Amino acid sequence: MSKPGWRSLPVAGIIPKAGSSLEYKTGTWRAFKPVVDEGKCTFCLLCWIYCPDGAIKRLDNKGKISIDYDYCKGCGICASECPVKAISMVEE
Amino acid sequence: MARGERVMVTLKELPVEDYIVSGHRMCAGCGPAIAARMALKAAGPNTIVVNATGCLEVATTIYPYTSWKIPWIHVAFENAAAVASGIEAAIKALTRKNLMKQQPNIIAFGGDGGTFDIGIQALSGALERGHRFLYICYDNEAYMNTGIQRSGATPLGAATTTSPPGKVIPGKKEWKKDLIGIAVAHGIPYAATACISYWSDYINKVKKALSFNGPTVIHVLSPCQLGWRFNSNETIKIGRLAVQTRIFPIYEVEYGKYRLNINVTKPLPVIEYIKTQGRFRHLLEPQNSYIIENIQKNVDLQWNRLLKLCSME
Amino acid sequence: MRIIGLTGDEAVAYAVKQCDVDVVAAYPITPQTIIVERISDFVANGEINTEYVCVESEHSALSACIGASAMGARVFTATSSQGLALMHEILYIASSLRLPIVMAVVNRALSAPINIHGDHSDMMGSRDCGWIQIYAENAQEAYDTTIQAFKIAESPNVSLPVSVNLDGFIISHSMERVEILDDEDVKIFLPPRKPLYRLDVENPITIGPLCFTDYYFEFKKQQAEAIEKSYKTIMDVMNEYSRVTGRNYKFIDTYGIEDSEVLIVCMGSTCGTARYTARRLREKGEKVGVIKVSLYRPFPSEELIEAIKNAEALIVMDRAVSFGASSGPLCSDVKNTLYDAGLKIKILNIIYGLGGRDVSQKDIEQAFRLGFKLKSGDIKDRVLWLGVRE
Repeated sequence: MSKPGWRSLPVAGIIPKAGSSLEYKTGTWRAFKPVVDEGKCTFCLLCWIYCPDGAIKRLDNKGKISIDYDYCKGCGICASECPVKAISMVEE
Repeated sequence: MARGERVMVTLKELPVEDYIVSGHRMCAGCGPAIAARMALKAAGPNTIVVNATGCLEVATTIYPYTSWKIPWIHVAFENAAAVASGIEAAIKALTRKNLMKQQPNIIAFGGDGGTFDIGIQALSGALERGHRFLYICYDNEAYMNTGIQRSGATPLGAATTTSPPGKVIPGKKEWKKDLIGIAVAHGIPYAATACISYWSDYINKVKKALSFNGPTVIHVLSPCQLGWRFNSNETIKIGRLAVQTRIFPIYEVEYGKYRLNINVTKPLPVIEYIKTQGRFRHLLEPQNSYIIENIQKNVDLQWNRLLKLCSME
Repeated sequence: MRIIGLTGDEAVAYAVKQCDVDVVAAYPITPQTIIVERISDFVANGEINTEYVCVESEHSALSACIGASAMGARVFTATSSQGLALMHEILYIASSLRLPIVMAVVNRALSAPINIHGDHSDMMGSRDCGWIQIYAENAQEAYDTTIQAFKIAESPNVSLPVSVNLDGFIISHSMERVEILDDEDVKIFLPPRKPLYRLDVENPITIGPLCFTDYYFEFKKQQAEAIEKSYKTIMDVMNEYSRVTGRNYKFIDTYGIEDSEVLIVCMGSTCGTARYTARRLREKGEKVGVIKVSLYRPFPSEELIEAIKNAEALIVMDRAVSFGASSGPLCSDVKNTLYDAGLKIKILNIIYGLGGRDVSQKDIEQAFRLGFKLKSGDIKDRVLWLGVRE
């Protein structure tokens, strides 16, 4: 698909669509992926707050989380910070 | 929130929404990314962000993608505080003329490069003029976006591409600039250090800073795995070590009154921090052990000075 | 309509007062200082509802103006010389972001050596920045052009910053008789600003992203087209203003071109001296004329060709020098225009008045004489520095 020309581009390089980077899936960057052992998870949400990419989603009010592999870059901070070692980094 | 009150918010109470979203191109494990995400949890959608040129700005707005879900503007490297001043003035003028009802937060993000060095003039001017805005300096301790060159925030001894450890000179020769000291000298209502590893302290500080009717500054340590040379999963751990060795003390200054927020009573020796990062590797050589001693001496000196400042009325 | 005695700087400040400007962010520099001082007086006395930001440098002045303009505010600043040079990088950003800002540039020489007097080197040093640039001949024009500048800048067909240029000291500090519009008439002429886009929490956009090699080129083309298309709006605004005031504003102003053999082309206050001198010479039967270039960017090529096509020799006077180039800035533009039109008219570039060096009638007479020498083929030089001591 060819890129738009100057006539159709928004004026002055403005990006009118907030959060459009969601169209860019950084999940392909990973070498290792975090896997959550839901049995061990204490719903502390530390992994959620420390994720640089916001790739850990909160599923409910109780602290249940899931990892959004579309964007997870596999940095491993979640696994490192989890106080009960419920997350392990697995080679992809 | 009352002034000076420390509100302990649990993680569950924090807003679920992110105003800087996934899909940005910051490195895996990026400290500044965490700093920005946490700050916006505190600030919420009623916020305008001014961003200086740097890692955060470049990696979140590669045309046609943007990671920002709040109004955002980038102009140049050294003028985030000046642009923020103009925005604040416009809001005042338009509000007085009944042309505007919104009263958004204004947050200026600048890296240590865009704040300590090239941005210090604009920051000083904005602080002196008393504009109501929050300046957050995300400190990864070098000009990281251009390839790890030293800044005024680079710590003594660190290796960067413009302060490389060579046969004659072992890394950066100068001490880190005291940004909060400079900010406080302007008589502003609130200035504080923070570290992304202490999410509650940092997020509370952002919220608190935004409540003042004047300029506020937060200096948040944001470790950089690529530039400091550690594994991408250690970002939070290293931030914690910086605080636990007293290398980066966590304190706030409200109308000139210093208050220590994290009292490190049993500090780890600085070597525990230094040995974790590749940028300090050359310091572990025997001929450079005097540098580590100097760093430890300086950390102790600064800590005692900070305690004295905190004890003053 | 009233008539007041105002210096050029005061006239600009008065225009700003009447234009209901929202934010002024400026830093003082001679000879612009009177503008910012008068505006400060107006603010302190509550005569205008303007937020005045005393920034700590010109670079921050324009940066603050960009922030304010991005919020949808009507914005003004002013500077000269070193100040303009200091904000140079931001000039390009203001125009590339298509933000209306009006800036009065009180033209002053660039250092070194440091000189506080009038010449065009400051704005010429930044002529490629993408701003619309208009030059005033006197205090009246400084006043009128400032008002028109807001309308041009804020027009949705344009949405570009505009610089209003006036010669340092010669115009800025000379008191003249200035006709001031009634406040109401300015309000009617200049309605409230309707921004193309702005920072708005209800509609969050990203301004000033990073573009790689795949997009930057297109945005520059877009910008080039924008300043090309602005001719029409500038003409419309000038025509409307001319109707309102009875004073005739055009891209260029011509005198005596119907039958002139030698024409002087110049900008700024010298045009007044040139016209006066030309009138005296025409009374003696000499076929001379003067073209004043008011709109400098975008360059009025069509109008210029129409005006000079019958001349036999042109003296293009530059109050700035482009080191290492074969002509000064204005002369380069004139030569380009002539070449594109297939016209081959003899041109002599005169560099004059640098650092505020005075230009008298005698100097203009000499310029015309050189023009006649040029016409008869007795001059081989392309560039002459008028009045410089050898």
